[in-house]
Amino acid sequence: MQKSAPTFFDEMQLNVENANMLNVREIYSAYQQWLSRIPHDLLDSKRQEAEVLFRRVGITFNVYGDDDGAERLIPFDVVPRILAAKEWAHLSAGAIQRVRALNMFLHDIYHQQEIIKAGIVPANILTNAQYRPEMFGVDVPQQVYAHIAGIDLVRTSESQFYVLEDNLRTPSGVSYMLEDRKMMMRLFPDLFRRYAIAPVDHYPQMLLKNLRAVAQTGIQDPTVVVLSPGAYNSAYFEHAFLAQQMGVELVEGQDLFVRNNAVYMRSTLGPQRVDVIYRRIDDDYLDPLVFNANSMLGVPGLLSVYRNGGVTLANAVGTGVADDKATYIHVPAMIQFYLGETPILENVPTYELSKEEDLAYTLAHLDELVVKEVQGSGGYGMLVGPAASKQELDEFRIRIVSSPANYIAQPTLALSTCPTLVEAGIAPRHVDLRPFVLSGKTVTLVPGALCRVAMKEGSLVVNSSQGGGTKDTWVLEDELEEKVTTKAKVSKLEEAIC
Amino acid sequence: MLSRTADHLYWMARYIERAENMARVLDVTYNMSLVPNAAESEAALWLPALEISGNVEAFENSYSTENGVEYTAANVIHYLALDMNNPSSIYCALRSARENAHAVRVAMTTETWENINALWLEFGQFVKQDLAQSGLREFCDWVKARSHLFRGVCFGTMLRDDAFNFVRLGTFIERADNTARLLDVKYHLLLPEQEEVGGAVDYYEWSAVLRSVSAFQAYQKIYSDTIEPWRVAELLVLRRDMPRSLHACFDEITPILELLSGSRHTECKRLAGELHSKLRFGKMQDIFQRGLHEFLSDFVESNNKLGAEVHKTFFSIVTA
Repeated sequence: MQKSAPTFFDEMQLNVENANMLNVREIYSAYQQWLSRIPHDLLDSKRQEAEVLFRRVGITFNVYGDDDGAERLIPFDVVPRILAAKEWAHLSAGAIQRVRALNMFLHDIYHQQEIIKAGIVPANILTNAQYRPEMFGVDVPQQVYAHIAGIDLVRTSESQFYVLEDNLRTPSGVSYMLEDRKMMMRLFPDLFRRYAIAPVDHYPQMLLKNLRAVAQTGIQDPTVVVLSPGAYNSAYFEHAFLAQQMGVELVEGQDLFVRNNAVYMRSTLGPQRVDVIYRRIDDDYLDPLVFNANSMLGVPGLLSVYRNGGVTLANAVGTGVADDKATYIHVPAMIQFYLGETPILENVPTYELSKEEDLAYTLAHLDELVVKEVQGSGGYGMLVGPAASKQELDEFRIRIVSSPANYIAQPTLALSTCPTLVEAGIAPRHVDLRPFVLSGKTVTLVPGALCRVAMKEGSLVVNSSQGGGTKDTWVLEDELEEKVTTKAKVSKLEEAIC
Repeated sequence: MLSRTADHLYWMARYIERAENMARVLDVTYNMSLVPNAAESEAALWLPALEISGNVEAFENSYSTENGVEYTAANVIHYLALDMNNPSSIYCALRSARENAHAVRVAMTTETWENINALWLEFGQFVKQDLAQSGLREFCDWVKARSHLFRGVCFGTMLRDDAFNFVRLGTFIERADNTARLLDVKYHLLLPEQEEVGGAVDYYEWSAVLRSVSAFQAYQKIYSDTIEPWRVAELLVLRRDMPRSLHACFDEITPILELLSGSRHTECKRLAGELHSKLRFGKMQDIFQRGLHEFLSDFVESNNKLGAEVHKTFFSIVTA
């Protein structure tokens, strides 16, 4: 199946054998022209230059259990993924709609639970391990739970996009969106003159504005911090990067303490009050008094202050119940229920193995399907049927039969490919797309996304832990937009930032 | 600012300074080894380098063979420059500097961070080298140059806020310690108790001490006379215009602690003031009368105490 490349939709539709053939998609035509004129080794030398620069900046991630303490680079691909203004308008509207509904769902599930009463989501969701009873009845500012949401999108044809999953806990990768752009502007300034590419680098300012907006009412000048597990965490670079870009302190659990229903940080001048914590620590490690008692990462007493409204956490505690695979199935219905709108983006067709007929179908077609464990995240506890051995299929079959409700199944999607620079030259590799949706007083996103690419031929796994790389994503500005004077654009941008 | 951040910045600067001073000691010791009959044995030449770093015992534990401990150039150079098991080797100092920087990269300018990160990446080229065989001079020059660059990039790019002050504080507390140790070891060795202070000593030994703190030219400029041990001591202890002298270090430390303490009465501020005034108003004659060695070891001890007070005041906040 690895060789069945022609059946995949390619973002560029470049004829690899003959780069001069003009059958590429329109948005890529200027890129293709440029590509046909550059010396053939330019891309590779630019790739090497990028690697040196990334290493110097320290955009690295740590690999656990690696003895030499080597910090690895996530592979960066120099060929961009390009999206037309119209495509982006569709995707961003869909992502915003989805996040609005998911936030309403989270408020509902921790308050009136109308959606259960209406019979749209089954009551057993309250027994989901990701449901946090501690959050029941707790009011959060602006009723926002998922302040930062990463919506994973995949494409299978010119017009067909699917939402693969919602990431509502501590989605990461936005720093790569920003650094990849900076790198591309440095490596290929001439391409940025040819294309009107929507800027993304105001993301940290938008994030800060949103975080300040969700401080408890009455706080004039809220103190925002980024809470990280520390320098040995794989996403530490991103935590540091965001804190620096927002101009706020990057703290660890040991830097914070709780007193009189408030959270303080230990500063050189004594305790300083903290109002909003952008935490990049999972729920389980936040507060050893409530959750994992062995956690050294969290802050004892934090949850009690949080529940009493002494501090805002972003994202809120308990968002995992909304991005669990068991809940994913119901998101289109949620959009209907809370917003009265038709979902703009579709879910991947999903078999619920708790249903008898779905289970029977899945067991009969196991070698064609992707089976995922609910309440799991990050590519573990997953079966990719077409790539699995007979033994793996048999083992998984036993696991499914013993507790079918723990699994969902989906068809193996024909993920689109994008030209990517590999050793042999430019070749198609599978990609996905993760835009970051920000919720505060309003729900917004910058015109861009993290594009992950599976560097191995035929591979559909884009996770960085499995050797996936990243690409810069270019959202082109509309021609209409072009006519707007630069001045108006700038003031629009400023408005977005303030 | 965050206590932990201040802590990391302070130690980052200390480790860079420590690496530089170690490189200086290695450099001059190596130069001495090129002077015929500069020392009676290889061990007599290289042992002081270990003593300055305060590591003789640990060295003896790792480098003893059946013939006893071998204080060879190769062993000492490797131990002080590249030994991953010696916490005060240049390797470990620079690694710690980089780790501290990594932990708080947010608190410094991008240029400062990239500078330290690049330093660590470049260091890789030396790790497998046999420096005693070749390349020691280049290595020492490289360490010194990177340290200069580090201070320059901090000075040239960092906001003049607390973060900057903690970096500077670390640099000068470490430097004062290193200069005092260097002088103490050399003085102690060269002047046996019975010998009169200011007696004849080897010109090369003393010029090497001066060069190790970049003070040879300064000495010539100030004294335009033969090199006398008591003048060397004066230059490195009391002269405020000599940038690696104890006095010059405290000219930096005292105002920094005033700034960081604000209106608070801190013990570190008081202690720094006390040490500073000894250096400002002290007379070399009195110091010699009491004994330079006693003065210097007292100084190193007080300077350590100052470091502990800095820690207590700024880095460990009582929460209850």
